Amino acid sequence: MLVREQLTMSDYRDKDPLIHGIQSKIRVVPNFPKPGIMFQDITTLLLDPKAFKDTIDLFVERYKGKNISVVAGIEARGFIFGPPIALEIGAKFVPLRKPKKLPGKVISEEYVLEYGKDCLEMHVGAVEPGERALVVDDLIATGGTLCAAMQLLERVGAEVVECACVIELPDLKVEDMEYVSHLGLE
Amino acid sequence: MFAGDQNGLQGDPRLKAISEAIRVVPHFPKPGIMFQDITTLLLDHKAFKDTVDIFVDRYRDMGISVVAGVEARGFMFGPSIALAIGAKFVPLRKPRKLPGEVISEAYVLEYGMDCLEMHVGAVQPGERTLVIDDLVATGGTLSAAIRLLERAGAQVVECACVVGLREVKGQHGLNGKPLYILVEPRQQINCSAPPVNGVETCRHDDLILGGNFGSPVNTTSKSD
Repeated sequence: MLVREQLTMSDYRDKDPLIHGIQSKIRVVPNFPKPGIMFQDITTLLLDPKAFKDTIDLFVERYKGKNISVVAGIEARGFIFGPPIALEIGAKFVPLRKPKKLPGKVISEEYVLEYGKDCLEMHVGAVEPGERALVVDDLIATGGTLCAAMQLLERVGAEVVECACVIELPDLKVEDMEYVSHLGLE
Repeated sequence: MFAGDQNGLQGDPRLKAISEAIRVVPHFPKPGIMFQDITTLLLDHKAFKDTVDIFVDRYRDMGISVVAGVEARGFMFGPSIALAIGAKFVPLRKPRKLPGEVISEAYVLEYGMDCLEMHVGAVQPGERTLVIDDLVATGGTLSAAIRLLERAGAQVVECACVVGLREVKGQHGLNGKPLYILVEPRQQINCSAPPVNGVETCRHDDLILGGNFGSPVNTTSKSD
């Protein structure tokens, strides 16, 4: 996959007060899940109805009218942001899940973790060839999970229009990334 | 209480469409369980939207400030409801997922125990709350959710599920809390859904359970 453009929503100047409001609601929890990690906790954003709504509205504004018929959310925090976006833009919502959670026939995509591997699954038949898809997660770190998500969608013939995340971590490794849109929160 | 029992929603075609959009997957996660798969509901934009709208119409004027969703399928319905009624969304999660200080509530499974957690400070004493999950089986998970919220001093107004049985069987009940359900579980595979693991969608033999697998009330099982 080629690196294309990485878009930061805070590049849109008139959005700055909204972005700042959203950013201020995200709590940083040091040393979780292990020492040295500064965990970006979006649950505090969800406790502020206005900030949560602003987050969704920013994504909806970007993706409405782009003929996107699929919003794929990554378990589990992608399940919080994805469905409201899907409902607003008229798309279906497809959960991408850890192994053995989806009951029907699935396709699986393995990806590399810092130590070891993990796997993401999608129901067969959820997405049709040629559909335009958005991938949603709360945060992008290395991009490994998002890449697995894109692979799943592309394997069934969908076109991944963009990946959307609330937060991007500063040390994102941009190889293997396509379009990534985030709210510029670091 | 079922949505279709109420005056305003009796015979509402939206409920029939929601029921038919849910796929039944036999013998998942184990033999005898007719799994109610709501992922096919999420693929039907109108039916998914109607699901959320029915809940929103019910809860928007009840002074509810918290929607608590049970991991993970409660996350698919809860936030949209919360956004529409102006409430905050609180995820109730499996152990060690929430990063901050948590309170935990253990609950009994068919074999063994599990645990639900909530962030300390997410909910304030006196807040009126709604608990949401995709399905209720024995009520064990919902009961644990109710206990978490009440331990934080909140008032649970109601539990809401897309799918559930008319009577919550098993030893749990719901601590006396009202339960609002949109549709009942179906025993038969939905003919309009895609084939599952090569099983034709309209075959009925050996899908209607009896005998070895116990009574129908045991065929709906809660997993995450």
